[in-house]
Amino acid sequence: MSACEQHRNIDMYEWDFIAVFSDIDLLALGLLNTLKVTSLALLFGIPLGLMLAVSRLSRFKPLSFSASFIIEFFRTTPPLVQLFWFFFALPILIDIRMTPLIASVLTFSIQSSAFFAEIFRGGIQSIDKGQWEGAKAIGMNYWQSMRRIILPQAVKRMIPAFMERSIELLKTTTLVSTVAYTDLMYQANDLAQKTFRPLEVYTVVAVMYFILIFVFSQVSLLIEHRLARSGESTVR
Amino acid sequence: MPNETVKLAQVYKSFGELEVLKGIDLTVNSGETVVMLGSSGSGKSTLLRCINFMETPTAGHIYLHGDRVGAEKSGKIYYRESELCKLRSKIGMVFQHFNLFPHMTVLQNVMEGQITVLKRGKSESIQKAQAQLERVGLLDKADEYPSRLSGGQKQRVAIARALAMDPEVMLFDEVTSALDPELVGEVLKTMRQLAEDGMTMVIVTHELGFAYHVANRVLFLDDGVILEQGVPHDILKHPKTQRMREFLEGHSLFKLPE
Ligand SMILES: Nc1ncnc2c1ncn2[C@@H]1O[C@H](COP(=O)(O)OP(=O)(O)O)[C@@H](O)[C@H]1O
Ligand SMILES: [Mg+2]
Repeated sequence: MSACEQHRNIDMYEWDFIAVFSDIDLLALGLLNTLKVTSLALLFGIPLGLMLAVSRLSRFKPLSFSASFIIEFFRTTPPLVQLFWFFFALPILIDIRMTPLIASVLTFSIQSSAFFAEIFRGGIQSIDKGQWEGAKAIGMNYWQSMRRIILPQAVKRMIPAFMERSIELLKTTTLVSTVAYTDLMYQANDLAQKTFRPLEVYTVVAVMYFILIFVFSQVSLLIEHRLARSGESTVR
Repeated sequence: MPNETVKLAQVYKSFGELEVLKGIDLTVNSGETVVMLGSSGSGKSTLLRCINFMETPTAGHIYLHGDRVGAEKSGKIYYRESELCKLRSKIGMVFQHFNLFPHMTVLQNVMEGQITVLKRGKSESIQKAQAQLERVGLLDKADEYPSRLSGGQKQRVAIARALAMDPEVMLFDEVTSALDPELVGEVLKTMRQLAEDGMTMVIVTHELGFAYHVANRVLFLDDGVILEQGVPHDILKHPKTQRMREFLEGHSLFKLPE
C-alpha cells in the first residue's frame, strides 16, 4: 500500500523550475567558484606534482623518501579530512587567517599534486632509456634532457590520465561546500533550502556538472586524437 | 703531443663486483680510425662509454688533447657534472639503436645540441644542420620525423646529429648491428667517408671487412684487456693469440682479400 501511495505521490509531483531559474545567478556564481578552485588547484598542483615526481625519482635517498611519503600520504587520506585539517587545524599551528578559499585551494593543490606526481612519474619512466643516453651524449645535463627530450614525450603519453584526474578533481571540489566556500554545491544547498525545491535544484545542478564534465572530456578526446594523428606522436 | 686526441691511462671499470675493464692503455691520434673487435661481453661498449664519461671509470685517467679530465684531490679523482657535459659535447657518440628524438624532425634533431648545449644561434644551427645532413646524404629528409625513415637513414641522421657538434672524436658502438643487412652498406659508406675526411674515430663493429679496409689500427679486446693491436693486415691475417684466432674463426662469413 505504501508503495502504491508513493507511486501516486510521484505522479502528482508538480515540477516547478521557476524558483530555480529566477535565482540562476546564484548557481552561476557557484559554478564560477567551482571552476576557480579547480583551476587554481591545477595551476599549483601540476608544477608541484612535477617537483614531487622528480624528487621521488631522485637517487638522493632522503629526497626520494620524503617525496614518496608526501605522495602516499595525500593519496591515501580522505580529501575531506585533509580539507578540515587545513581549515580548522592549521590555523592553530601557525598564525594565519584561514579562509574557505585558501583552505580549499591549499588542500586540492596538494592533494591533486600527489596524483599528478604519479602520472608524471609513470610518464617519465615510460620513456626509453636510450632517449636519456642520446641527450647525454650530445652534452645535455639532467635538466636540459628532462625539459627538451623526456618531458615533451612523456607529457603526450600522460594526457589521458591527466584529463581523467582533472575531472576527478572537479568532482571532488564539491567537498569545499562543507567549509562554507560558495561553490556550485554550496549554492545549490542554499537555494534548495530557500526555495523548498530540492528536486529541481539538485536536478539542475547535476545537469550543470554533467554538461561541464562532458564538454571537458570531449575536448580532451579531441586533443588525444590530434596528438595520435600527428606524425610526431610517440603514444605507444 | 698535440697529436694525441684521446689518451686512456690504466683505466679500470667495475660494476659492483664485476670488473669489466682491467687496466686499459690506449692512445688515439688525430685523424686516426681505430676499430675495436672483441666477443660479446668483453667490455667494448664499456670502454667506449668511458671515453666520453657515459660511464665513470673506477680508476685511471682520461685525457682529451693532453688535458686530464677531472680534478685529483688526495689520490681520488673528482668529476664535476658541468665538466663532463662539456666533454661529452666535444665527443660524438653513435649508438646501436640510434636514440633519435622522435618528437623532433630530422633537422631539429641535428639542431638540438647546437642550440641547447652550444648556445648557437638559430640560423647558424640550421646552416650547420643542413650541411651535416647533406654530408650524410639526407638533406631531402630534413623535415621528416624519424619514424618515417629506414634504419639506415636513422643511423645516418644520428651521425649527422653528432657531427653537428663539431666533435674532436667520434665513437661508434655497433652502429650497424641493428640494421637489416641491405642497409648496412650505406652506413658503412658514410663512416668510410668520414675516415677519408680525416675524422678521428673509435669504432666498435663486427664488420671485419670494414676493419680491414678502413681502419688504421685494429684492437682486440678480450675480458677487459687489449690482447692484441696493430695494423689491420697483421692483426686480421696473422693473429698471435689463440683467443683472437678463435674470434676470427667465429666470423666465418668474412673472407679476407688475398
Ligand atoms: N651498467 C651496467 N651494469 C652492470 N653490468 C654491466 C653494465 N654495463 C655492462 N655491464 C657488464 O659488463 C660486461 C661488459 O659489457 P659491455 O661493455 O657491454 O660488453 P660488449 O660491448 O663488449 O658486449 C658484461 O658482462 C655486462 O653485463
Ligand atoms: Mg656492446
